[in-house]
Amino acid sequence: MNSVSPYVLLSALLFTIGVVGVLTRRNAILIFMSIELMLNSANLAFVAFAHQWGQLDGQMFVFFVMAVAAAEVAVGLALIVTIFRSKKSTNVDDLSQLKG
Amino acid sequence: MQLLFISPILFPLSGLLINAAFGKRMGERLIGAVASLMVLASFAVSAYLFIQMGALPEAQRATAVDLGIPWIQVGNLHVPFGFLIDQLSVTMMLIVTGVGGLIHIYSIGYMHGDPRFQRFFVYMNLFIASMLVLVMADSFLLMFVGWELVGLCSYLLIGFWFSNIKNAEAGRKAFVVNRIGDVGFILGILLIFATFGTLTFTDVFGKVMAMSALNSPVIVAITLLLFIGAVGKSAQIPLFVWLPDAMAGPTPVSALIHAATMVTAGIYMMTRAHVLYTAAPATQDIVALIGGLTAFVAGSIALTQYDIKKVLAYSTVSQLGFMVAAAGLGAYATSIFHLATHAFFKALLFLAAGSVIHGMEHLSKSAGAHGGAADGHAVDPQDMRNMGGLRAKMPITFIVYVIGGLALAGVPPFAGFFSKDEIVAAAMQHNPLVFGLLGIAAVFTAFYIGRQLVMVFFGKPRTGNAEHAAESAPLMTIPLIVLAVFAAIAGVLNLPGVGTLGTWLAPAVGGYEVEAFQIGVAGLFTLLSVAALLGAWYVYRNAFTKSSDVDPLAGLGPLYIFLKRAWLIDALYQSVIVKLFYAASSFLARVFDVGGIDGLVNGTAVLVRNTSGVLRRIQNGLVRSYGMMMLLGVVVVVAYFLWSAVAR
Repeated sequence: MNSVSPYVLLSALLFTIGVVGVLTRRNAILIFMSIELMLNSANLAFVAFAHQWGQLDGQMFVFFVMAVAAAEVAVGLALIVTIFRSKKSTNVDDLSQLKG
Repeated sequence: MQLLFISPILFPLSGLLINAAFGKRMGERLIGAVASLMVLASFAVSAYLFIQMGALPEAQRATAVDLGIPWIQVGNLHVPFGFLIDQLSVTMMLIVTGVGGLIHIYSIGYMHGDPRFQRFFVYMNLFIASMLVLVMADSFLLMFVGWELVGLCSYLLIGFWFSNIKNAEAGRKAFVVNRIGDVGFILGILLIFATFGTLTFTDVFGKVMAMSALNSPVIVAITLLLFIGAVGKSAQIPLFVWLPDAMAGPTPVSALIHAATMVTAGIYMMTRAHVLYTAAPATQDIVALIGGLTAFVAGSIALTQYDIKKVLAYSTVSQLGFMVAAAGLGAYATSIFHLATHAFFKALLFLAAGSVIHGMEHLSKSAGAHGGAADGHAVDPQDMRNMGGLRAKMPITFIVYVIGGLALAGVPPFAGFFSKDEIVAAAMQHNPLVFGLLGIAAVFTAFYIGRQLVMVFFGKPRTGNAEHAAESAPLMTIPLIVLAVFAAIAGVLNLPGVGTLGTWLAPAVGGYEVEAFQIGVAGLFTLLSVAALLGAWYVYRNAFTKSSDVDPLAGLGPLYIFLKRAWLIDALYQSVIVKLFYAASSFLARVFDVGGIDGLVNGTAVLVRNTSGVLRRIQNGLVRSYGMMMLLGVVVVVAYFLWSAVAR
């Protein structure tokens, strides 16, 4: 087991927790947090591999991901607030008007 | 200068625009005056062009009027917008505008009080302008434009009193039958373009004359296709059925469009394209035969008709057969000569018949004002059985009718004698079969016009309408008198030794040796005509004493019925073509459309609905199930890449 393996394992673990959270939670805010967890697990993998290969590309990607995630949080929370105002709920199972 | 050449078209065009725009406020007199004066102005310009042309040496007489407007330029097809004024077209212009002008004046009286008076004159002016486009065109395509425009005017004017469904149906029949001919015409035009790469008359004819071989298949095909157009327009066998029905239109229309001018367009077209026809003797034989047959068949039908206008209609078909036969025999100048004399005497006969009908309606009109018809039921004012004894009631109409009738019968010295004699003489020289047909047709002609004269004007009045008939107004009788003068003397146009129509036309229609005046043939046919006229008088002088009497010819039994029903041709078309067409249409509508087309469309819709019914279950609106699907997708993709990496 080399030096990068624990980081990748942790990354995979965090990602899996995020996926399970997205699929099982009904609360929009918790789903949102799970998505953030997945993003950060990816960031961790990026940093770990960047360190191993001694290249800065991966680290640079992390900055991009953080910037995009920040924007996404702003938009996503605004959406959730608006939905809550009209629906009085943040339960995603209540938002099924678009079913075919 | 160019404006002068096209002004004959522009005058009636402006007349129709003025009447269409301001007619509502102009009143009958002013509308009629504008329309008639515009046609007479066209006539004046045509006469001026004619005189000017006569002063020029023969080689310079034909003038090409290129307006410098490119009309159609697509690939190899270059059609300029231009006119050709030569001896032939100026002759036609004189006939169209001269006879047309007289008929316009007559119409002011005839159409008096009609609720659509304004529309009538708009259509009439449109017709004159279109007919002039037809005869002045310098290319087959522009000629076709005029050809279709006159067809449109014909349709509009046949169905002019469209509130009666019969009139509207007659207009539709004329339109449909003419379209059959027009398909042939336009195919001929396309074949000309495919063969010669041009549509201008002078170019096409130049190229044809450069070909030495006679009867080359493509020329025969072209001439036959063009002839189909002429068969439709000029009412030859087998497409003549529309012309008798066309009599549903007002009588001036019958005189102008369906006797004097439009129906002769086919003869004009063949004469114009005489270079093509001369290069295809095989077609010429067919043309001559069709013409002879038409003359014979239509003449025999005219013997048995009771409707005063129907007799004249079948007579027109028969006389058109004479002209077509002449064109088929190569006697183009003779054909145009007969066209000219026929325009005079047949327009005269139709207008005089209109005057008779007008007189017959006199009682109904005055009785209507006094409340109720005299005999309690309506009398058909066009049925000759209801007439009789009009000689004393309508003296002017009677005299001009006799002049027209003698001209039609071919009694010297009236116009029809000379032109018909030339055609018969040409047939005798070239084609014995056609000669026989035309000869019999000539005898029929004299007989049916004699029958008509006796039934209408002699004997005693058979109905109250005939009893109270009165002479028409001067507005109607003066054009009759002018036409009667022409019908009497127009033979001079080509009288051997005096008239020069043949030599005048020769540069435009080809140098045909005008038959020497044959005293033997002329004498024989004069005797036959007079004998037939006298025979008609003898048979019919006492035949009708009341409207319900039986025609003496009914003694012929089945033959009489056969003739009376126009050789059963209409019935044949009705039972074969129309019925088959309806059967096919109803199959298409009820079976093919409902089962086939609708089935296909509805089937597609059902298929889509059923398929989507299965697929829509996936779209359940639950975010988490979408997320699950995405995850599965990712797993599949990743598994694929891993597997392929391992496999490598």
